[in-house]
Amino acid sequence: MTARPDTEVAVAIRVNGTMVEQVVPARTLLVHFVRDTLGLRGTNVGCDTSSCGACTVLYDGRSVKSCTVLAVQAHGHEVTTIEGLAEPGALHPMQQSFQAHHGLQCGYCTPGMVMAAVSLATEHGALDEHDVRLGLEGNLCRCTGYQNIVAAVVAGSRDMEADRAPAAGAAP
Amino acid sequence: MIPAPFAFLRAGTVDEAVAALAEHGDDAKLLAGGHSLLPLMKLRLATPSVLIDVNDVPDRAGARLDGEEVVVGGLTRHCDLVSSTVLRDHLPLLSAAAEAVGDPQVRHRGTLAGSLAHGDPASDLPAAVLALGGTITVRGPGGDRSIAADDFFLSFLETALAPDEMIVELRFPRATGAGWAFEKFNHRAQDWAIVGVAAVGGARPGVALVNMAATPVRAASVEAALQAGAGPEEAAALADAECDPTSDLRASAEFRRHLAKVLVRRALADVATRDRSPTDGATGAR
Repeated sequence: MTARPDTEVAVAIRVNGTMVEQVVPARTLLVHFVRDTLGLRGTNVGCDTSSCGACTVLYDGRSVKSCTVLAVQAHGHEVTTIEGLAEPGALHPMQQSFQAHHGLQCGYCTPGMVMAAVSLATEHGALDEHDVRLGLEGNLCRCTGYQNIVAAVVAGSRDMEADRAPAAGAAP
Repeated sequence: MIPAPFAFLRAGTVDEAVAALAEHGDDAKLLAGGHSLLPLMKLRLATPSVLIDVNDVPDRAGARLDGEEVVVGGLTRHCDLVSSTVLRDHLPLLSAAAEAVGDPQVRHRGTLAGSLAHGDPASDLPAAVLALGGTITVRGPGGDRSIAADDFFLSFLETALAPDEMIVELRFPRATGAGWAFEKFNHRAQDWAIVGVAAVGGARPGVALVNMAATPVRAASVEAALQAGAGPEEAAALADAECDPTSDLRASAEFRRHLAKVLVRRALADVATRDRSPTDGATGAR
């Protein structure tokens, strides 16, 4: 084997559609890379023990807790943060649904909730209340009691499904 | 919390990973999904000096049939154990156990091999592997060897995997049509089981317990009773015979023993309900 282990590692990660190339200490957590190196502060650190889900981002389209992923593990992969869900100034259907249903109070858990919800709806399509309560078990909210969050995700998943349906059948 | 400094190496093949383990010795660790290892490193309970990332090793994820066996790649992530049609058809207990692990984010990262190598008695998948009579294929500098799940878990967080070996794949006898159940009792969503039960029916019933000893443990007395024709109630009463549970903040040892019997009884009822085997001899009478 030619490669040697190194404490500083070059990474190339597509973050929100833009290729980012950096040399990072191997021990850098993805959440710190996103927040501190790239300045994308929408992703929050909550418990820092992969319990609360505040740091949830999409890794190749699937939700992960970025406090428990090394930045070097994202090399060659796509990461989407809350900032990358929609064009600047616009909102993703799931973000719109959180706004419409007031699916938040203090807002600290919200970016992680939205990212987990987008992943869930992408994997499973339109969701019912049971799907959402089970599927959001990795995200904790200390304010709302979850009622409006669940309502927001149910509606948001249906909006995402509706957006997908015509696109799939439409002629180019 | 961030891990102590370490050097990082990406392995492109199993052989590269094994060679790197041999070269860097006890202080090197394999990194797959990282959902057992990275939390320990963040708490500085583990401070490996070299991490060998095996996530890019190709062809070691997914499930397939091989004659009468089901073969599951070590790098299969929990979420893919859940969605695999091969597993849903021929080894549904493994899918159900994977679905009980953590939460969706954890299941998107964690791997089958990682869960086994960690050897935590509170993990869900090791009990399912025990109940299903799995065999673990590992590769070291001298080549491949197979370890029966029964011989794999030695003590708390300690397995038969040598420091210079990597789990390559798991092999299971097909459990097509056999009834199955995974029961998990916990206080909070996404938490570890206070007690869990993995059970499968068929000609050789398998029952194993989560968090009832220093290792995942086979409920051999329950299995023997079932084979001898005992009903679920009678067999379940023996659930704690092989156990040595601890008391902790979540539950006393006494409560765990009680819970094991209740959960085994429920699991065996579900096993009977889900049984679809066409020629179910001894156990079909339940």
